Formats: sequence, C-alpha cells, structure tokens
Amino acid sequence: MKLKGAQIFIESLKKENVEYIFGIPGGAIIDLHDELYKQDDVKFVLTRHEQAAVHAADGYARSTGKPGVALLTSGPGATNGITGIATAHMDSIPLIVFTGQVPTILIGNDAFQEADIVGMTRSCTKHNFLVKDVKELAYTIKKAFYIATTGRPGPVLIDFPKDVQVTEAKFSYPETIHLRGYNPTYHGNLKQIKKVANAIAKAKKPLLYVGGGVITSNAHKEVIKLARKLRIPVFTTLMGIGTYPEDDELSLGMAGMHGTYRANMAIQYCDLLISVGARFDDRITGKVSEFAPNAKVVHIDIDPTSISKNIHVDYPLVGDAKIVLEEMLPMFDEYNSVDWDEVRKPWLTQINKWKNEHKLAYNEKEEQILPQYVIEKLAEITKDDDPIISTEVGQHQMWVAQFYTFREPRRLLTSGGLGTMGFGFPAGIGAQFANPDKPVYVFAGDGSFQMNEQELATLIAYDKPVKVIILNNGFLGMVRQWQDLFYGRRYAATNIEVQPSFVKLAESYGIKARRITKKSEVEEALLEMKDHTGPYILDAVIAREENVYPMVPAGAPISNMLLT
Amino acid sequence: MKRIFSIVVENESGVLSRVANLFSARGYNIESLNVAPINEMNLSRMTIVTEGDEVILEQIGKQLNKLIDVVKVTEYGDVPFVEREMALIKMHTDLGTRAEVLRIIDIFRGKVVDVSPDSYTVEVTGDSNKIDAILSLLEPLGIKELARTGKVAMIREKKK
Repeated sequence: MKLKGAQIFIESLKKENVEYIFGIPGGAIIDLHDELYKQDDVKFVLTRHEQAAVHAADGYARSTGKPGVALLTSGPGATNGITGIATAHMDSIPLIVFTGQVPTILIGNDAFQEADIVGMTRSCTKHNFLVKDVKELAYTIKKAFYIATTGRPGPVLIDFPKDVQVTEAKFSYPETIHLRGYNPTYHGNLKQIKKVANAIAKAKKPLLYVGGGVITSNAHKEVIKLARKLRIPVFTTLMGIGTYPEDDELSLGMAGMHGTYRANMAIQYCDLLISVGARFDDRITGKVSEFAPNAKVVHIDIDPTSISKNIHVDYPLVGDAKIVLEEMLPMFDEYNSVDWDEVRKPWLTQINKWKNEHKLAYNEKEEQILPQYVIEKLAEITKDDDPIISTEVGQHQMWVAQFYTFREPRRLLTSGGLGTMGFGFPAGIGAQFANPDKPVYVFAGDGSFQMNEQELATLIAYDKPVKVIILNNGFLGMVRQWQDLFYGRRYAATNIEVQPSFVKLAESYGIKARRITKKSEVEEALLEMKDHTGPYILDAVIAREENVYPMVPAGAPISNMLLT
Repeated sequence: MKRIFSIVVENESGVLSRVANLFSARGYNIESLNVAPINEMNLSRMTIVTEGDEVILEQIGKQLNKLIDVVKVTEYGDVPFVEREMALIKMHTDLGTRAEVLRIIDIFRGKVVDVSPDSYTVEVTGDSNKIDAILSLLEPLGIKELARTGKVAMIREKKK
C-alpha cells in the first residue's frame, strides 16, 4: 500500500509506540498536523514556545527512560528548539526531534522560514538526518529511534521537507536495523572486569562515584548491591541523584562545586575511586591536577570518549553499567569470608567524622523564609508520595540537590550539563504527561521561571496538576552569589526585582496561586498546594541574599570549600 | 606528535562537515585532509594528518569512532606504513631554465603533464619530504602555481 510521507510519519511513530509529541505547528509541517488530527493513537501536545516543547519531550524521556518526541516547524521553529536539543545532548537524553523544512527544490534558496537546521544542530545532536526521498523516510525514522535510545543515548534530529510529506511511497517499517558505523559496546571485557573486581576488593578506602549513566542503564540496583556487599560509601553527581537512597548510611550525597563536605573530602582521601556512568565534569573535579590525589581510578562507561578525557584512568572499562556490574558482582563471592564491616571500619569512621564536622545546614532561627527550609519541608510532607521533582537552574537547583532527599532514580529532572534556565517548568509538564498518577513539583527561581512562564497556558490547556514553587529572591541568584563572593559585591545586571505578580499572572490563566513571605506560612502553604487537585503556583519570597554552601570556587581543588 | 588517521566513512552528505566539526569544536588542528571514494559501495576514505600529544590523539581517535557515519578508523603512528601525496607544480620557464627544470623532475621521477611556451606543469608524487625537497629545488627557478593533495596512507603488509 502506498502512503504519503505524512502518513508514513504517523505509522512509523505508532510502530515506535509514541504516545505524545510536543511542539507547535507551522507552514512547513501543516501536512503532518493534518494527519495527526485524523487519528488518536499519537497525541499532540501544543506548547507555547518550541524550546519548551523540546524540554517537555525531554522531561517525558527523563522521567520514563523512553524517548521523547518533538515536532517543530522549519526556520524559527527549529532554531527555537536548539537550546532544548543541546540540553538533552549534554545530559545524554534520548529525543527524536522532527523539524519541517522548505520543499527540497527550495533548499539553499534562502526561502521563507528556511534554516539549515541539520548544519546548525550537527554539534548538539547524537546524529541528524535530512530526508530527501520519501522512500527513505521509514528507515530513517527507525534509524533515528535506534541511535537515540542505544549506546550512550542522545537527541537525533530529522529534517523533513514539505514536499516529502506529501509524496507517496510504499510503507514498510523495518523490524531490525544494522548500521556498520555504529556498534555500542555493552559487554565489558571479562578480564578487565575481573581486574577491576580485584582492585575493588583489595582497596582499603574505596569510593563509588555514580553518575547519570547508571540511571540510563537502570543499574541502580546493582550499584546498591555492590555498595552494601562491600560496604563502599557512595556519592553521586547531580545527574546521578536518586540512584542511591540519600538517607542510607553509605550515602555521601552529591559531590562537587556545591557537594557535601564529606563527599568532597572522601574524594581527596580515597584510595580507589570507582566511577560508574559519570564523566569527570569540571563541576565534580574542580582543579583536575589535585583531584583524588591518592586514588587509582576505575571508570565504567559505555562511551569510550568519556574515559581518560579529563583525568587519567587506571582501570578503563567500556560497557553498559548494568551488564558490567551484573558480571562483576558474582566475582566478589570468593571474598565471602571477609568481614567487610570490620575491613571498612576505619574508612567509614573517618567519613562519619567528616559528616559530623560539617553538615549541610542553614540558619534555622531565621524568620524570613529560607529556601532550604522550603525544600526540606516539601521533602518531609511528600515523603510517601514518591513525587517527581523538576528544577530550573541556579541556586534553587543546588539547594534541591542538597536538601531534598531522593531515594529513587528518575525522580529528579534537572539540566546538569548545559545548565539551561527555563528547562524545569516545561520538563515538569512533560513528566506529568508521562506520569499522570505521580505528583510533579517544579522548583524554580524567579529568574528561571520567567524564561518559560508562557507554558502556564499549556498547563491549563491540558489541565495538568503540576505544582510550581518559585523561590523568589528578586535576583539572578547564582550569578549574584559569585558577585558577592568573588566580585566585590558589585551586583551587575543581576537584580530582577522588577517582575510580575506571579499570583496575578497565574490567576490570569485560571491557575490557583499564592504568595508567602513568612516562615510560619510555609508548611501550611505547601500542604494547601499538595492537596489542591489542579495546577498550583506558590510564590515563596525568600531571604534575598542567601548563598549556596559549601562552595568550591571555580578552578580550585575540590577540598577547598567555602563552608559559610 | 604527528599522526595520520585513515577513516572509512559512509558516503553521506555532511560527513566531511561532521568530521571537520569534530576537530574545530574541540580545538584540534587538521594539517591536511584528503577524501575520495573507495572500491566499496557508498564508502569513502578520509586521510587526516593531525598533531597533538598522546591524550589528544587518543581522544581524536575515539571521537572519530563515535561518529555514526564513520565505519572504521585506522591510526598510523607506530606501525610501518606507506604514505604518498601528489603535487602539481606550474613552473615559469624560458630557454635558460627549461633544461634545469627537466633535470630536477627527472631526478624525482616526476613528469611534465602540460607545456606552454613559457610554462611547464609538473606532476610529482612521493612522501611529504620528497615533495618538500623538489619544491625547494624548483623554487629558485620560479614556481607560478602549486597544488598539493593531502596524504593518503596504507599499512605495509607483513613481510614473510
């Protein structure tokens, strides 16, 4: 049977079990929308800005592990999506982004709403395609899903010219696919796994360093087994939060620029650093030459380019985290006679000492609302609800990482690599589509929220009960903090006191909202928000110049922490 | 440290740009680059000469491998290999220099591929040193125009 390109597009998405597509229509994709309109299997979610559409698809993907799909029109629609694509690329999130393109005959003519989006996104996608012939469409879509979701995942863009959408071709969706240039390594080298297992078993002061790759490969259970079996303390990166229960005794929380004192100290004194699915980002390592000076380094990663990129690795191990750990765990059986509690005692005692020396803390006597208090309170009242927490980027993001207690993977959605303000709110909306039964809370700063606040319309249009907590200090807070600490308190262009009434703004969309200014109101307001059935915006006016501590100044060794 | 990367790539549009982009985005330098189809369907070979320390060269190799359109990466550093490049050299010639130009070309086993009353166009192949050598000898006689290919390379088969 012959189908039009637009129909092949729909049929292919059905084959890939796509539930939702996020986007905004336009001239170059009107034929696709016409076909979407005629069916109910693939649901289109209309956002109010293309950046938000891609972030929503990203939130869908992060919260489920399934690929997110966005559909944008040519030219400005496509370029608006780039920030979203780059965000997903830095955090290895599987996305398929379809962009409309001018008819093939006009490509290169500077036609109306033409942009060379394939050229522009080459460096922020895992791969991208321009479909020039409708006969290649189904195969290209199959390839895109395959590439996006396998190996180290990432966004794949398909540029889809208008004439290809209306040209007919025979439709058959390929069952399997083989790409001669793409063969991710899932199984680690057994000899090397054995070597690593021996090194781990022999280490006196081992330390697990767990990143987002563990979430991608669903390896958190294996990490927990390894840690508990050999009594190895664990810290996570921002992206790895939730892989290890943060209220467990072996958890050191997050390490890095705003990491816990105990995690950063443990890095500097461990003798074996076991990195799983993390990439030694500069926010973790600080000054590379003084990072983990006493440690041999194990690096388990599916992406060979991550290994020995930033820091010398003694035990490289390319493979999927889950598969590698599954193969490694039985190797510790030969040490079953070892009393790991006893072996680990000095190391865990030392870590406990660090833990008690400098805990994450804030002034509990402060009468103004402190952001940490709001976050801790929400963690307390949602303890049994297993909510998804999405964040924007900046101070509030770090406070959430520090003060919300995460116990499960895929519960924190945050832009780690690119640090995209404007991510959290639409990502939370996308996650709510994917998880209709889970509460979704968005923590935002007043700066970040204003970068995609137009999505209040999407929230109300689809009646999604997303709750947004704006930690409002009238500043672009993280930059202000740097100016405070390192630039003589010259607050250049960071004061954003001029802002809308977020309550009136929300209400103008028909969304319930409330503003609080006193600590005494926090708990009651959070409970009101939690119990409200629809969307809710809570504007919490916080102490304006509260800083995030600990803080390692950029480029300093990781143990060089400003503590207050 | 110099290194030659010989990579087999899918003959897709944009491949060259992906490879070039990889170098530019990460601040690596391409010294020379050569692309042409090989005798297998829809595949081309790129030969890239680059420079860097061991860590950078290792990254370049891995990053090239990571590109979806790159099918195979071979690095020429330690193993014995044959490398060649070609140059077309247009010489200003007159009665006084013609004989000398021909003598030099002959020594380097080059050939004259085009002649006009006041010029010779010369073709010469060899490794980079050989090309550099002939150029330095021809230079004083008046080079009008020069076109040099990048390197192409292959591993030497083991001698029994």
